[in-house]
Amino acid sequence: MADPMKIRAQMKGDVAEVRILMGHAMETGQRKDAAGKAIPAHFIQSMTVDVGGKRVVDGQIGTSVSRNPVFGFKVKGAKAGDKVVVSWVDNKGDKRTDEAAVA
Amino acid sequence: MKQNFIGALCAVAVMGGAFAQTPKKPAAKPAAKMAPAPMVEEKDAATLEFEKFRAEMEESNPAELFEMKGEEQWKTKRGPKNVSLAESCDLGQGVGKVEGAYVKMPRYFADADAVMDAERRIVWCMVEKQGFKFDEIAAKPFANANFTPDITNLVTYVAGHSRNMKIAVPLKDPKVREAYETGKAMAAYRAGPYDFSCNTCHGSDGKRIRMQNLPNLSTAAGAMKGVQGWPGYRMTGGVMLTHQWRMGDCFRQQRFPQPKYASDAIAYLLTYMIGNANGQVYKGPGIKR
Amino acid sequence: MEMNVTRRTVLRGAGSLGALSALIMAGVLKPTAAYAADWNKAAFEAKDTAGALKGLGAATTADSNDLMLKVPDIAENGAVVPVDVISKIPNTSSIAILVEKNPQPLCAQFDFANGAVAEVSARLKMGQTSLVKAIAKADGKFYTAQKEVKVTVGGCGG
Repeated sequence: MADPMKIRAQMKGDVAEVRILMGHAMETGQRKDAAGKAIPAHFIQSMTVDVGGKRVVDGQIGTSVSRNPVFGFKVKGAKAGDKVVVSWVDNKGDKRTDEAAVA
Repeated sequence: MKQNFIGALCAVAVMGGAFAQTPKKPAAKPAAKMAPAPMVEEKDAATLEFEKFRAEMEESNPAELFEMKGEEQWKTKRGPKNVSLAESCDLGQGVGKVEGAYVKMPRYFADADAVMDAERRIVWCMVEKQGFKFDEIAAKPFANANFTPDITNLVTYVAGHSRNMKIAVPLKDPKVREAYETGKAMAAYRAGPYDFSCNTCHGSDGKRIRMQNLPNLSTAAGAMKGVQGWPGYRMTGGVMLTHQWRMGDCFRQQRFPQPKYASDAIAYLLTYMIGNANGQVYKGPGIKR
Repeated sequence: MEMNVTRRTVLRGAGSLGALSALIMAGVLKPTAAYAADWNKAAFEAKDTAGALKGLGAATTADSNDLMLKVPDIAENGAVVPVDVISKIPNTSSIAILVEKNPQPLCAQFDFANGAVAEVSARLKMGQTSLVKAIAKADGKFYTAQKEVKVTVGGCGG
């Protein structure tokens, strides 16, 4: 089961700064285990960020993003209390959605 | 390339050498041997560059993911006795109280009649209060790429609740003082095939291994540099590791036998190291190279 | 600010269908939610930068000083290299990040809408010293900025 994300969203002036930590192995498929067997690729492929019910970021990612990914975005026009919803889907179909409120 | 893409560990480091990948003229190496000065400059530039990005790395530290898991585990009834640590474990500030507990350990716990660092104390609670078996915890005490033990999450959670607080190991307590002095002697003890002690690398200023500056643990600022890193999110491998792990690994690097997990020996060393950092501000779980 | 989610579809269409992209650009496809199935395989699995750019529909790019790429000159650890991309190019709708010498150079690509500032921070793996490239898309044109990041190896203990 996918681990929960940590989402922080904070107003700085009229811009909401959204920081997202995701728990994911982001396996490249290029590595081998101790026995020399290839470790299959396992990585997040797509992610979305909604703020106040609107899609603000629609992203695709690949194997070059670090393990336990960290992302930062900025959203104009958001306000304190707006709901931030972040979702991801990986190449095996695992998915996770978490939310936070803009502080 | 394929093998060292992310899993770059020490073996790769040894093969590579500090600047193996940079297109440097062949003259660089012999010149560096004859005149060490340019190497020092190079290190300083790199160190400054690392520090520029430190704050950003610390601000969004994946360690927080482990804090979250640790919080849940702290509050959940678990183990053969079906008790939560929140309702049974005293870290020195009262049962269940985590706020500020981390920076006041190691300390002496009368119920265990031992000086204990945070990790040792939580293990003690898991065994005594929740009924877990010590040997089972000690069999796999540290994280690897596929596994993070509960104790690592728990320590990270507890450490996170001492964020921005001053280190205050109670060195006036005679039992803690004794542990400190023993730890100090251990840090100076030279042995093993390399005739190394902890202090060989960490007892004076200006030492480094490849690109890493080694803190002088006998000073408050130097000790804090070390303490700050643990528990820490290790960029290499992307795993969360604890201060107990760091102590054991230093022994491995000295080619000593490793002290037992959650033992007196490690508690003494940690009392010396963390005690030296007294008065310095702990910024919360670290992020390490 | 008036960007909408269909840009996502346009980009993906352009990548996976190559020569037919003009037709898709004309608005044949409808906006869809983000599912992994929409992942731009051609761009992400490309083994070199040219292939990745082609997959993004960005075969032609121009340098821009309004596209800022903040990366360390020398990375503390190639497994976690912090990168910030900020586009001041008006109407930037999308930002992509590439590491030239990685086995698959394309790292990530983000579409912005509904007030999202054309700015992203992320952390990347780098197998070796390489150019890092940012690509911004604005009004159908692609712009780039690039910088070299040195990747070193360090001590064992951390």
